[in-house]
Amino acid sequence: MNFYYFKTYAVLIVVSVCLLSMQSCKPKTAQSAAGGDASKSFVAPGKYDEFYNIVSGGFNGQVAVYGIPSGRLFRIIPVFSQSAESGYGFSEETKPMLNTSHGFVPWDDQHHIALSQTKGEHDGRWAFANGNNTPRIARIDLTTFRTSEILEIPNSAGNHASPFITENSEYILAATRFSIPLDDQNGDVPINTYKQNFKGSISFVSINPTSGEMNIAFQIRTPGVNFDLSRAGKGKSHGWFFLSCYNSEKANTLLEVNASAKDKDFVMAINWKKAEEYLKAGKAKKQAVKYAHNVYDENTHTATSTIKTEVLVLDPADCPDMLYLIPCPKSPHGTDVDPTGEYIAASGKLAASIPVFSFTKIQKAIADKAFDGEYDGIPVIKYEAALHGEVVKPGLGPLHTEFDEKGNAYTSMFVSSEIVKWRLSDLQVLDRVPTYYSIGHLSIPGGPTAKPHGKYMIAYNKITKDRYLPTGPELTQSAQLFDISGEKMKLILDFPTTGEPHYAEAIPASLLMSKQRKIYKIEENTHPYVSKGEGQSKVERKGNQVHVWMTAIRSHLTPDNIEGVKVGDEVYFHVTNLEQDWDVPHGFAIKGANTAEILVMPGETQTLKWVAEKAGMFPFYCTDFCSALHQEMSGYLRVSPAGSNVALHFSTGTNKPSVSTPVGSLADTSKKESE
Amino acid sequence: MALLFINIKLLFMKKLLTIVFVISSVIILSCNNTNAVTEETINEPEVSAGGGQASVKDDESAKDVVKIAAGSKDHTTLVAAIKQADLVNSLSNAGPFTVFAPTNAAFDKVPKETLDNLMKDENKTQLQDILQYHVYVGALKIEWMEDGQTLNQVNGGNITVSKKEGKVIINNSATVIASIRAANGIIHVIDGVLLPPSK
Repeated sequence: MNFYYFKTYAVLIVVSVCLLSMQSCKPKTAQSAAGGDASKSFVAPGKYDEFYNIVSGGFNGQVAVYGIPSGRLFRIIPVFSQSAESGYGFSEETKPMLNTSHGFVPWDDQHHIALSQTKGEHDGRWAFANGNNTPRIARIDLTTFRTSEILEIPNSAGNHASPFITENSEYILAATRFSIPLDDQNGDVPINTYKQNFKGSISFVSINPTSGEMNIAFQIRTPGVNFDLSRAGKGKSHGWFFLSCYNSEKANTLLEVNASAKDKDFVMAINWKKAEEYLKAGKAKKQAVKYAHNVYDENTHTATSTIKTEVLVLDPADCPDMLYLIPCPKSPHGTDVDPTGEYIAASGKLAASIPVFSFTKIQKAIADKAFDGEYDGIPVIKYEAALHGEVVKPGLGPLHTEFDEKGNAYTSMFVSSEIVKWRLSDLQVLDRVPTYYSIGHLSIPGGPTAKPHGKYMIAYNKITKDRYLPTGPELTQSAQLFDISGEKMKLILDFPTTGEPHYAEAIPASLLMSKQRKIYKIEENTHPYVSKGEGQSKVERKGNQVHVWMTAIRSHLTPDNIEGVKVGDEVYFHVTNLEQDWDVPHGFAIKGANTAEILVMPGETQTLKWVAEKAGMFPFYCTDFCSALHQEMSGYLRVSPAGSNVALHFSTGTNKPSVSTPVGSLADTSKKESE
Repeated sequence: MALLFINIKLLFMKKLLTIVFVISSVIILSCNNTNAVTEETINEPEVSAGGGQASVKDDESAKDVVKIAAGSKDHTTLVAAIKQADLVNSLSNAGPFTVFAPTNAAFDKVPKETLDNLMKDENKTQLQDILQYHVYVGALKIEWMEDGQTLNQVNGGNITVSKKEGKVIINNSATVIASIRAANGIIHVIDGVLLPPSK
């Protein structure tokens, strides 16, 4: 190897001088970069934001909710990761939400958000979120901002091209990043048999129009490429999906080099209306698989997990005219459809241009059979025949494109750290604005729908060196808010984010505010361990299980004195919050609990399992500052040795202090405290 | 060894560095044009630069491709060109990049007039095209390069790799004479300038 090194200190000097010369008298401070217009992001105390921003959490496995334009963080919704804060994934009721065919999986990598649509517009019902690592899709109810359902995706690995929604929420598409030997095949094969043994899979998840419940309607088997991102067609292209594929080389090692060998990869076009016809005609084959479907019931306040064992699979070989490939320069990433449904902008992240395909031309090319051969039996449409045109040299490292309602597109550029605004009609670059730094996704309210609200644009940046006060080796990721109402994009706000945001959607506040759930009605609570009043609270022993029907209301827990629990007992605290008042959750925590607390919403019942491991006194209390007497909202659990004859006893307000029974030490040698 | 090192004693360097930073701080502050400049600015948090990733102050991390090139006496022409082409910030990005870095001697083989022309503002696009033709997105170790391999460069053009007598040659014209690992990629020093094929 010819490696050699330059002298460090010489470099430092040169760099310092460089810095000096670069910065000289160009006061590009945050203020000047913001155009001095930060007041545009100011939401006065007592005023609401205009938009909700529903933001993926990346490696924290959660979804965050911000206000736009203020950038204020309102809520972190536990989705794929356990939350010790709320008890999600720790409580007995929510543990089944994280069940999978691999058992309990309490974390995932959450990348993309899809909000439900009706007639191509946001309808404010549900948000869908993908889990990449152990392939799953979650549905979040936008009236409660809580996770209602999680569906595992079989035959998938790295559920990255997911979730993408059709204009009437007919389907969520979920395509695999990794091709793999399918779930019913023996996966124990040499990795270098990739080309014969590895297959791709695209799942069509139907959405029940009333309940929102998800179901895998069918899958399409594909060549062993990697799927990256997708968008549904809309308007004239409704009935189609477009996906970016990379690694058309089918490399199984050093993809950094080997998946970039060809000049062009593909955009895949799927005629899903055609797929539905084949499904109806019985062309799909049943495949044995195993996947979990977890649903949370708001009346029982309990999730159930069902393991399903079958999917219907369409093989393109049996289904002509269902799949087409369009060559696309080098490792396309975002494949985004404009509000009219005519244009598909495919950003090759290593490409020097952004090809924009025309749906009309694609249809004509298919009719004319303007094909350039096949790839694994799938017709490849001639590039020029599908092309509307290229945005030439827009910037370096194009990733994702969003749209406004005025015929403009906005593409994020990772390498050159900028957003480039260009016009769909003539593909001319109109404006560019720096982002700080290394932007990934971007979001315009309604940007992926037929009805964008082109007032704001949010950039989600990966690198924030020197944008915020530094916090050691790891720095916050950031979002940046731009005013895009005029011809020029203007930066108006930096705000830090939680987790690592990838994609996000933003929706007018008016679509969600009025339908927020404030309480769960206690009379509708059908939890098997509910106490609908303090009179129903009790403690019962079933073998070594002790069940505590407990209530919480300002400012006491009932019962608050419990005795007769013995070492080795499993104690289940079924806590019902009797409040019927908005924003009054009660929390429950007990000393030594090796799980978490639980937060119980008004009218809800949640259960914390706690194992008595040693004799002693274990205080419990409310963890959510509920009232002036929150600190009094507490109690005691007495644990006696396994063979003890202390009777099971519970009470609130009656078990008054006795002055004559002093405490003895375990060894019976200590002095009496009262002396 | 193709390149000369600047050998200066450590102690002296540190002093010089301090001086450089003091000077740069003074200049930055003086440009801020606020009344607070002459007052107790020491305790004030610094204003974020907003000047792009290259202006991030960080002397602790390993150097990126730009900083390494900037520290080489034999790449002053390349570094000047990178600055002129506004590519300093891009190349300070997370990358990863493979930069084929022609030495000053390599640039000397290009007619001076051509080079001078490229450095003019009105020819910035052309200069960018040429420099981007020297950059690949991905950190390619020399041992990963294969005879006959084609690499698609940032400008959209392809370069071809050939191997002769253990040496890697690009476009049959520029030989890799050294390789340096950078924080955000790898630099392969080459002895010729790569010219994009006319489109």
